Amino acid sequence: MSAAANAESVTGRGLPRPVVARRAARLFSLDAWYHGLLTALALVVFAVVALIVYEAARGAGPSLRQFGWRFLITTEWDPVAEKFGALPYVYGTLVSSALALLLAVPVGLGTAVYLAELAPHRVGDAVSFVVELLASIPSIIYGMWGIFVLAPWLRGLVEPWLVKHLGFLPLFQGFPFGIGMLNAVIVLAIMIVPTIVAISREILLSTPQSFREASLALGSTRAEAIGVTLEAARPGILGAVILALGRALGETMAVTMVIGNTNRMSPSLLAPGATMASVIANEFTEATGRLHLSALIEIALLLFVVTLCVNGAARLLVYWVTGGRRDVAAAV
Amino acid sequence: MNRFKKAASLLALGLLAGTSLAHAQNLTGAGATFPYPIYSKWFDMYHEKTGVQINYQSIGSGAGIQQVKAGTVDFGASDAALSNAQLKDMPRKVVHFPTVAGAVVLAYNLQDLKEPLKLTPALIVGIYMGKITTWNDKAIAAVNPGVALPAAPILPVHRSDGSGTTNIFVTYLSLVSTQWKELVGAGTAVSWPAGIGGKGNEGVAGLVRQTPGSIGYVELAYAKQNQLPFALVQNKSGKFVEASLASTTAAVEGAATLLAKDVRTPIANSPAPEAYPIAGLTFLLVYQDQKDAARAKVLADFIAWAMHDGQDVAQSLDYARLPDGVVKVNEASLKTLTAGGKLLYAAK
Repeated sequence: MSAAANAESVTGRGLPRPVVARRAARLFSLDAWYHGLLTALALVVFAVVALIVYEAARGAGPSLRQFGWRFLITTEWDPVAEKFGALPYVYGTLVSSALALLLAVPVGLGTAVYLAELAPHRVGDAVSFVVELLASIPSIIYGMWGIFVLAPWLRGLVEPWLVKHLGFLPLFQGFPFGIGMLNAVIVLAIMIVPTIVAISREILLSTPQSFREASLALGSTRAEAIGVTLEAARPGILGAVILALGRALGETMAVTMVIGNTNRMSPSLLAPGATMASVIANEFTEATGRLHLSALIEIALLLFVVTLCVNGAARLLVYWVTGGRRDVAAAV
Repeated sequence: MNRFKKAASLLALGLLAGTSLAHAQNLTGAGATFPYPIYSKWFDMYHEKTGVQINYQSIGSGAGIQQVKAGTVDFGASDAALSNAQLKDMPRKVVHFPTVAGAVVLAYNLQDLKEPLKLTPALIVGIYMGKITTWNDKAIAAVNPGVALPAAPILPVHRSDGSGTTNIFVTYLSLVSTQWKELVGAGTAVSWPAGIGGKGNEGVAGLVRQTPGSIGYVELAYAKQNQLPFALVQNKSGKFVEASLASTTAAVEGAATLLAKDVRTPIANSPAPEAYPIAGLTFLLVYQDQKDAARAKVLADFIAWAMHDGQDVAQSLDYARLPDGVVKVNEASLKTLTAGGKLLYAAK
């Protein structure tokens, strides 16, 4: 301040040049600060991920040393004898998520196309509001619904029918409990539909109107024009599916409540199962043995790796499908 | 900040400091969820009486034991007594104080049954081993003469989460069946040979209530509050006993002499004729040698209070009170507590 006062006193009234330059310099340094701050914030995210991996690996140490690779391929999970194998949980996580996607993608995509392309604007807005509301329901509510509404319905109607008519398939053998893999898959599918719908709709709405006009002008039908738009939006829609898959892989509470929680692998959808997230939620608080605790932490590490692999694979898929096109993919 | 605000916050600070000086002590504890309702009632009552504030986090027995080990709490709470290996793993000697007892009942869903189902230890083991799979099995019919049992499959339901309830149940099964002990064993979580798992008492009860032909174990308090029908269980002296607070206390009483030797002895399968066999104690875990004499005294006084006045409210919250014999065991343990090597309660 005193320097500025000095400068003013030297040159008289008005702002002299050195002051302007100094202001610019200060502005520049502010800019640099801002830049640095944002970089630091971005680095924090990396640091958090690195710390999670480090801590999980450290906590999993005893189990990693004790079981090695056998942890991945054995099916025994016995806290009393301290023998742990994660295969049934990996299997449960992958199967439940994959089947949930299989149910949710057609429904979600169909809804998104209808809302973006066919529905009158007001209807589209109203329906997408409701769909987004679905996304904000806590997962414990989905779990309760799974137990108290879906389970009796599955047990009384759906599963006996499946056993009677499709029971020759290993997929539908066993006793209809209502609780089990099928219930978990349906609950998961409902939970991830809103993610697919909301993002896909936004992507479809953001594709240029000229695509539709051009294909209609070339004499294509409405359906063909929608096909052109979908083609353009494909990377973004794949992104939506990846996000939904991420939610399915990590979903804990709702799945724990309805999947039946046994570590037996069964090809039947009617049989109970378990996922990686559900076994952690179930056993972590009361795990008293050091190895038991360590095995649970190794499951967490494994879930992290599986999620990373699935996401990486999905990203590669997007890259492969779009040939490296980034325009629409960047929207996700 | 204007002056008024400054003055007000100074005043508030002063008040805070004043209150914390007046009652210099507050204790922290962490652990089991099963006794949380009665513990929080005790802490409230004790706070009103003495001004001592006790903060308790019901984060589960396993986490409670970890906290004790790390020395971050004044006491831990666990539904399972520490094993010898766990005791050895602790930095210093840990004393167990049983506080209340609980029972585990077998709730079932057989709608046409008029009278309560009777079960023997062998039947319970058979059902949970997956060996007895239908309700009209000869072994069940032999114990329930004249009862029309359906030809439906049995669905055994167990807890999927690690829990003290599971520990009480499988400790009992291990005591009555060597086969169970060898194949499955006991702990807060085990590898179940059969059945499906529900999360929490409410998860098990939900499955049992909805699924005809199912049977599941839940805490007595939970079954009573939710009016679930539960089975009479044959005890060691051959009598079929209904689970109740009185028959649970009788089970603890039957084990009192064993508890005097080692308070960690399982009380399940009690030899007393009136005892309900599937019962267990829940414990506070305290280091025998405390670091801070003043805090230690506050903690010991609280435990002494819980053994007397505290027991009177146990029944109203559906916990079984400790019999006098076990209260005496706890009093003896209290006298062994030290702070910096000096006894807290000097011998009179």
